[in-house]
Amino acid sequence: MSVVRVPPVLRVEAGGAREVEASGGTVRELLEDLRVRVPELGAKVYDGAEIRPYVNVYVDGEDVRTSGGLDAPVRDNATVVLLPAMAGGDGR
Amino acid sequence: MRGAATIVFEGMPSYGELLKQVKGRIVELDARQARELENAAWVDVREQDEWDEGHILGAVHIPRGNLESRIEGIVPDRSQPIVIYCASGARSAFAAESLNALGYERAASLAGGYTDWKRNGYDIVIPQQLSPEKRARYSRHLLIPEIGETGQLKLLDSRILLIGAGGLGSPASLYLAAAGVGHIGIIDADIVDESNLQRQIAHSLNTLGTPKVDSAKRSIEALNPDVEVTTYRERLTSENIDRVLDDGWEVIVDGADNFPTRYLVNDASVWRDIPVVHGSIYRFEGQVTVFKPGDGPCYRCLYPSPPPPELAPSCAEGGVLGVLPGIVGTLQTNEALKLALDAGEPLVGRLLLFDALATDFTEVRINRNPDCPVCGEHPTVTEYIDYVEFCTR
Repeated sequence: MSVVRVPPVLRVEAGGAREVEASGGTVRELLEDLRVRVPELGAKVYDGAEIRPYVNVYVDGEDVRTSGGLDAPVRDNATVVLLPAMAGGDGR
Repeated sequence: MRGAATIVFEGMPSYGELLKQVKGRIVELDARQARELENAAWVDVREQDEWDEGHILGAVHIPRGNLESRIEGIVPDRSQPIVIYCASGARSAFAAESLNALGYERAASLAGGYTDWKRNGYDIVIPQQLSPEKRARYSRHLLIPEIGETGQLKLLDSRILLIGAGGLGSPASLYLAAAGVGHIGIIDADIVDESNLQRQIAHSLNTLGTPKVDSAKRSIEALNPDVEVTTYRERLTSENIDRVLDDGWEVIVDGADNFPTRYLVNDASVWRDIPVVHGSIYRFEGQVTVFKPGDGPCYRCLYPSPPPPELAPSCAEGGVLGVLPGIVGTLQTNEALKLALDAGEPLVGRLLLFDALATDFTEVRINRNPDCPVCGEHPTVTEYIDYVEFCTR
């Protein structure tokens, strides 16, 4: 089982949780599992075939897009960080 | 009998004799031999005014009185060769003996000192100088070997542009100014509003209703008159970005509050080879990284295109803990100063995530994307794009 850290802009989809759990031996399996366990969050991150372009997924600190993609292995107890772009400066 | 006693030490050496004895115990190298040493640290032990009049290229300055206490910070490896010099080779002989006693077995004194070196026509530097006022103001920087007078002069000569004078730009403007960054540019179209004062510390009740760029400029000038401030009271667009960047900014601190500006800044910085210190915040969480063209990824490597509007809330919508932009903005300032000084390891290829509620820092690695639409092998974005402002604020 891995811990998935939920970014603030996706917490509504996770029922307010800062972290959720998901399991899988590869990134694909883990994201499929996320779609089952936390459907709204899972769907925002993964469309069932690809990781959505505006979200980055890091497994143990590495960006999965540049380190093996969906087939990359995920160890047990991995830390997964989901990171959509934050515009987020602070003008007003 | 009471009274003062005079004690005479018979057989104690004169200065000349002592110097001769010391020279017999240390290694002396002449200018030619010293130049041939590989990987040597060069230490100038003369006084400040002597150093200021010129010194050997590549040397560090540690006045004789501070040598023993500061050498470890400069040369941690006791087996590294060290060439110590003064004006003529006398003070440096005593200094070499002292370093030998500290375990620096390869510390040698430059025979004939700086005088001989110069006479041989070898490389010297005649430094620009800080005035006594500046030396007093920046004394805590001058004490740090990684900054020193050379670094401070670099900062005074540097040009840093702030995108936004809001939550992130406020601490950045104040600390950059305090550090003596000589030229600060600020671009922002907004005016100071009461709701800003919960976190935007460059502004105050005195500047409510005035343009933020003018308010920030006032704060900077009150803090440090050495800083020249250029203000742009406008919103950054594809129309004006080239005019702004033509002013020669060397580092950009991006504290923009919207995606269209983020992408404009990114694309321009890649094409112009300007490092961008990126910061973003939301509620209790922030992110910092440095996008350095050529050395690491750019913003579009991470996010090739903007997210859908429901994933792009602004602070006005989502709120933000007042101190969060303070923390993230000062982290950005730290990176900007390092870039200006060319010191340390900037956050290139590393995205730092900060969670204020948990007080947790996490770092993830970010890589260049060979398919990046701007900095990739086959760029598809080759001119500025004005994305429609989609965040509701």
